[in-house]
Amino acid sequence: MKILVAVKRVIDYNVQIRVKEDNSGIVTDNVKMSTNPPDDNAIEEAVKIKESGKATEVVAITVGEEKAQETVRKALAVGADRGIHVKADGILEPLAVSKILQKIVEKEKPDLVFMGKQAIDDDCNQTGQMLSALLNWPQATFASKIEVKDNKLEVTREIDEGLETIEINTPAIVTCDLRLNEPRYASLPNIMKAKKKPIEELIASDLGVDITPRIEQVKVEEPPKRKAGIKVASVAELVQKLKNEAKVI
Amino acid sequence: MSRESMEYDVVIIGGGPSGLSTAIKLKQLDPNLNVCLLEKASEIGAHILSGNVFETRALDELLPNWKELNSPIKTKVTKEKFLFLGKTKSLSWPTWLLPKVQQNHKNYIISLANLCRWLAEQAEGLGVEIFPGFPASEILYNDDGSVKGVATQDMGIDKEGNKKDSYEPGIELLGKVTVFAEGCRGHLGKQLIEKFELSKDKDPQQYGIGFKEIWEIEEKNHEEGLVMHTAGWPLDNSTYGGSFMYHAENKQVFLGYVIGLDYKNPHLSPFDEFQRFKTHPAIKKIIEGGKRISYGARALIEGGFQSLPKMYMPGALLVGCDAGTLNMPKIKGSHTAMKSGMIAAESIHEHFKENKDLSIYEDKFKNSWLHKELYEARNVKPSFSWGLILGIIFTGIDQILFRGKLPFTLKHKHADHETLKPANKMPKIDYPKYDNVITFDKTSSVYLTGTNHTENQPVHLKLKDPDLPINYTLEKFNEPAQLYCPAGVYEVQKENDVNKFVINSQNCIHCKTCDIKEPSQNITWVTPEGSGGPRYGNM
Repeated sequence: MKILVAVKRVIDYNVQIRVKEDNSGIVTDNVKMSTNPPDDNAIEEAVKIKESGKATEVVAITVGEEKAQETVRKALAVGADRGIHVKADGILEPLAVSKILQKIVEKEKPDLVFMGKQAIDDDCNQTGQMLSALLNWPQATFASKIEVKDNKLEVTREIDEGLETIEINTPAIVTCDLRLNEPRYASLPNIMKAKKKPIEELIASDLGVDITPRIEQVKVEEPPKRKAGIKVASVAELVQKLKNEAKVI
Repeated sequence: MSRESMEYDVVIIGGGPSGLSTAIKLKQLDPNLNVCLLEKASEIGAHILSGNVFETRALDELLPNWKELNSPIKTKVTKEKFLFLGKTKSLSWPTWLLPKVQQNHKNYIISLANLCRWLAEQAEGLGVEIFPGFPASEILYNDDGSVKGVATQDMGIDKEGNKKDSYEPGIELLGKVTVFAEGCRGHLGKQLIEKFELSKDKDPQQYGIGFKEIWEIEEKNHEEGLVMHTAGWPLDNSTYGGSFMYHAENKQVFLGYVIGLDYKNPHLSPFDEFQRFKTHPAIKKIIEGGKRISYGARALIEGGFQSLPKMYMPGALLVGCDAGTLNMPKIKGSHTAMKSGMIAAESIHEHFKENKDLSIYEDKFKNSWLHKELYEARNVKPSFSWGLILGIIFTGIDQILFRGKLPFTLKHKHADHETLKPANKMPKIDYPKYDNVITFDKTSSVYLTGTNHTENQPVHLKLKDPDLPINYTLEKFNEPAQLYCPAGVYEVQKENDVNKFVINSQNCIHCKTCDIKEPSQNITWVTPEGSGGPRYGNM
């Protein structure tokens, strides 16, 4: 069994995001970048499945600029066998990425495709679902537990009401929740070994996919600052203010 | 427990200007050397904080074609100002009356973090293996007592010291020579200085704490290339310190404050002095209408020549401010750190090639411009122990008339942890409230540093005696850790009328001030799990 895992390079979750002065986007110069956190869970799960003997190969793929390759390299350092880097500059929308992934899936023929449930930069939460539609494969989103059975997966999903367990046929798409596992650290010797693992470099335009953005970004703004609260003297005053000033009751 | 080990010709600890220069110079001298460099930050540059007005002398020697290599050294100093501040007034000091060491017209305003990122690219291009996110936590010794290398921190240990699922043991990095380049108060350097008695017959080391904020200011107030320093208010005559304001590119100013850690009043809060300083009319008018985008703090070396330890020992060398090569009157340590690294690399190269003893590092240092520079600067900082005014008069005589060649050397008498006076004998200081426009509290400041440490890991600020803060330091000195820590790590909290000393180690921005200033030396800074700490951008 072969697992393809999609990983994305995003601004590190600890970095305080700053909006560009002209509202054209956010500042990314000299900002620490990392792998999208739930993508780390996706890689970890794939490697664990391989370690349990149920998978034979884990391939990490990213789509993005030159430096996005670091994300693939990190996946190789924690256990992926080889990498694919589809080079593309500029804004990449989920549809474009899923179309690229579709091409790669057709070529690589994996049994499973894993990725994070959503990326922490645009929070779209669409790529996995779109890929599932494009391939006409079953999907299990927000996975917090995955059990591999013969030609089937039992997946526990984090949903609003609690946990939902479903069974789907493979090949399938699974998007991973942060609760799925605790990603391992890359050890120094494994980082060294990862430098020697192969990464296939492709160019998005060569795949025959139209990646032109379909959404026009008008502007990016910081959320409005929260106003300071006030103290009220009594419950009656609170009710009065909620009714007349805040108009919420 | 046996750990995996990896062998190198040279292992370098720390990816600042000194460590990276050592690495680059080594590979230039012999491309076949195996060199690796460990850095505790999540990436090179993320723990680097500096003013910085950069003198290119060392870089001109290391990479003479730096201008063609797309280096982040762009903004030339075009204008200089020096102000003496009174509470509301300011007096401008003519630049031609400044000692030569404080003239900056040939220098550049840079972000040292960005310079280090660029130096790391050059080093990697030469084949240096750089490992960010791997703090060296332990020194390894050979049977004969010489340094064998270092071990990296175990990852995935919980608060109680148990192994988590993600546990990954540290590994041993063995070097024929190990170079310690951790910066000011490196926690391994400190152990080496003690073990090999490297500071024997030297004056106690002197430190300062430096704060820095980056502001994006209104165009009308911005003057790219302007370098401004101040002395005086809000500090009193007996406290050593001053400010810097550098107008960098993109309408940014680098605004900072440095205070000598030999201050005496336990009620003094370096952080609040810096915040208050920004409310001075001469400063406020520049940043008003602007926006603070970064904050950080780091201890720095001020002891200079008299306090500089011996920099070699069997199997290892100290470079940069892990030893203490900062030039205090120049307020610069980057070019000196780089130069020390380059000299170290030359020494290691000869050590390998001609089997010379590592002590040639000392000889080479003595014959270098670095030594001359530090020697001539040596009397400035100690003269300020007489107060600001006498210090300035003496410095004028020493630096302008005699150019540092006076036939005597003033001594540093005390270590910084010895200078605090009892709290009840010193005046309390009433700091103004933060207005959240010009001045800010510690919490919102630390937020800007992007600091994080993985939850559920052992506290990396160790107390030798856990009861001392409450039983002694609180009563005698009002527990000054609450004030000198620039990140609000230390708190004294009352719980059911009982005082409790709380260490919020996840806020630590790795400045090392507690390790230096704690009056009983009760706090020891050790490395947290890899990648922990601030994520500075262009600091």
